[in-house]
Amino acid sequence: MTTRYTKDHEWIRLDGDVATVGISDYAQSQLGDVVFVDLPAPGKTVEAGAEIAVVESVKAASEVYAPCGGEVVESNQAIADDPALVNRAAQTDGWFVKMKLSDKAELDALMDQAAYDAYLKTL
Amino acid sequence: MGDTAENLKVTPLNALHKELGARMVPFAGYEMPVQYPTGILTEHKHTRAAAGLFDVSHMGQVRITGDDPAKALEALVPGDIQSLDVGKMRYTMFTNDQGGIRDDFMVNKRDRDLFVVFNAACKDDDIAHARANLKGCEIEYLEDRALLALQGPAAVAVLSRLNPVVQAMSFSMGATLALDRFEAFVTRSGYTGEDGFEISVPNAQAEDLARWLLSQPEVKPIGLGARDSLRLEAGLCLYGHDIDATTTPIEAGLNWTIPKRRREEGGFPGAAVIQEQLRNGVSRKLTGIRPEGRAPAREGTEVLNDKGEKIGTITSGGFGPSVDAPIAMGYVATEYAAPGTPLTLMVRGKALPAKTCKLPFITKRYAK
Repeated sequence: MTTRYTKDHEWIRLDGDVATVGISDYAQSQLGDVVFVDLPAPGKTVEAGAEIAVVESVKAASEVYAPCGGEVVESNQAIADDPALVNRAAQTDGWFVKMKLSDKAELDALMDQAAYDAYLKTL
Repeated sequence: MGDTAENLKVTPLNALHKELGARMVPFAGYEMPVQYPTGILTEHKHTRAAAGLFDVSHMGQVRITGDDPAKALEALVPGDIQSLDVGKMRYTMFTNDQGGIRDDFMVNKRDRDLFVVFNAACKDDDIAHARANLKGCEIEYLEDRALLALQGPAAVAVLSRLNPVVQAMSFSMGATLALDRFEAFVTRSGYTGEDGFEISVPNAQAEDLARWLLSQPEVKPIGLGARDSLRLEAGLCLYGHDIDATTTPIEAGLNWTIPKRRREEGGFPGAAVIQEQLRNGVSRKLTGIRPEGRAPAREGTEVLNDKGEKIGTITSGGFGPSVDAPIAMGYVATEYAAPGTPLTLMVRGKALPAKTCKLPFITKRYAK
């Protein structure tokens, strides 16, 4: 399973037909303490790049965008109950949604780990 | 105070902030720490539990001297400055001709002068305004001094290690003191709702004092992020957000800063507007707002009544770490301002239920 990244610091990982989406560890460190997440209901369909969730730190609200188009099949209740889980485990247990992708080829447009690491160095 | 590459000004503690791992951001023309590596929640809670050190050197420290600076200042502010005793301080504001607030600040009466601390974003305008309008007074901008705030229940124990006299100061008292080797003007005051001190020292001594304070086990450095969440929980207005040139002290619930003599005599900019509002009331009021649920409602959020009509706007909003819930302040039409009134907040197109509430959100713990 390859993790791919967007320039807006979302990650996506495809496992079979379902992709898991979250925000990168870099994103959580920039946001600071997460106090609230606004997650979509299962069944919501989005295009790549559309807003899919909102994450709020003490300081500010930030949008989370869908790395690829598709249908939301599950939202992570664990981060709704304990938003700080996003800080503790952004790229594992702190995932946001699981999606059924409409076009897996959209993944190819995203950065792999090496490309994302190189991108972070330019920021 | 120097400049950075992007032409931001820096305080004498700039290098120390960076050494401590602060995330630096532009604020009111200065490069300032918004948070340190532990983060805003931890900094906020630490300040309420022990003591936090804040660099507020970007604020404008000004001396006003003259034959009768208190009387002169009353021509620009609605507060009672003439009755202020030496060693005491008072909160007041510059008003404009419409009764709006140009800036809010503390005035300290000292032996030979008034010492005032202006907001960083307003200080240049304030100084020009004072120089143009305070008759017979000299306005001296103390650019050679830094300002540190030590806030929290342990602040008095920490500072008394440098001079035990601070224990005898009551809240809103000020004194020129030797804090061991530091030549300080100290006030027992702050912007967090906690007991604490603001300490004015020469720039050359600021880093040494900050390092000594941070060496004490109770003290951690606190950035602007937690300063904002602390003051919001304490229900304290932030200039440029909760109050500005278009809001009057009466709308903002600052009636208590205008005593009877000034209400009757007037004699400050916008007095006619403010006197009329005191007689007949105001059409909107600043109030506390508690969103139900966990979603914060930020500045600019529209406030609606039960018919879906817009009746106000949130001016400060976020998450209160000590309240452990979202909290906000905003202006609402007066008929909705009574505590407990149900409201609707439009957050990202969704209607969220909320209620007005009394300020502050926490119990203030000032020293008696």
